[in-house]
Amino acid sequence: MSKVLVVTSGKGGVGKTTTTAALGAALAQRGDKVVVVDFDVGLRNLDLVMGAERRVVFDLINVVQGVAKLPQALIRDKRLENLWLLPASQTRDKDALTEQGVGNVIADLRSRFDWVICDSPAGIERGASMAMRYADEAVIVTNPEVSSVRDSDRIIGMLDSKTVRAEKGERVTKHILITRYDSSRASRGEMLSIDDILEILATPLLGIIPESQDVLKASNVGTPVTLANTDGAPARAYIDAAKRLCGETVAMHIPAERRGLMDRLLRRRAA
Amino acid sequence: MSMGLLRLLRGNKASAPVARERLQILLAHERGQRGQPDLLGVLREEILAVVSKHVTLDPTKVIVRLERGDEVSTLEVDIEVPNDIERKRVAVG
Repeated sequence: MSKVLVVTSGKGGVGKTTTTAALGAALAQRGDKVVVVDFDVGLRNLDLVMGAERRVVFDLINVVQGVAKLPQALIRDKRLENLWLLPASQTRDKDALTEQGVGNVIADLRSRFDWVICDSPAGIERGASMAMRYADEAVIVTNPEVSSVRDSDRIIGMLDSKTVRAEKGERVTKHILITRYDSSRASRGEMLSIDDILEILATPLLGIIPESQDVLKASNVGTPVTLANTDGAPARAYIDAAKRLCGETVAMHIPAERRGLMDRLLRRRAA
Repeated sequence: MSMGLLRLLRGNKASAPVARERLQILLAHERGQRGQPDLLGVLREEILAVVSKHVTLDPTKVIVRLERGDEVSTLEVDIEVPNDIERKRVAVG
């Protein structure tokens, strides 16, 4: 049975694209057939994070408009044979995403894949509402910071009212994924705690991804972080999150990054 | 506990509880507003319509502001009226 999962947040820069790539690769590594779909029309980046930027020929808009067939636009990952990418258009604008057109593409993807993961653009405009429109489940990416939590709350409101499932009186299953978490700052009371965020948003937790240099390094080389440094704290946290998405019960760890003495002395942080 | 002690020794106050409280108050309000028409927008349009019956106004010079306080909130309506208002009123009358 295939599932449509939207990765969304409202706020920009919180890690939606990183999360889409990391969860997509982790699910594919488990043996599921996965497609990651970039909905950020005009500002596509999922291709870059996946390392497929030089292989884009056709895109989501071409398929929506019938210019290209779906198999022509799908790009197969070079590392995992059951991971695919449907890139966004870099030149068109988001008004080209019609509800009917997106609905047809999602239905087609559903018939071919176990997981259809939609990478939402920031904001609450057309691109974001189309990315969540047909979702069965949602991962709401949240940073432990007031503006991000506020925007997540707004997005939760949209998931509960503007999706096809909501309109049919059904529910989109929602999960909070906390990213860029710095346990030392949280313990000093400088950062909203996990409990604070979950209580405010009243939504279950999918995982906690620590602030880490691994994330930037992985995007630099165009590899999902779950394939780049599989022993690293963020990769392990994403792999656990993917297991939870599949219904497995995995104990939740609050990740603390191991830092060397020099790092500590220099108070070096991930960029 | 040890963190609290450390903080006491360092003398800096944790900001996370402030963030939490501000968010709780704000979101309680925003959730109530969801799905309802934009109150300030509606007020602005209706005030503009009423005043325009009598005075010619520049719609961009009508500003409606709401400030929420703990006890009471204030609604501030700022309408810039052109100086030739008297003449127009006389002409109409």
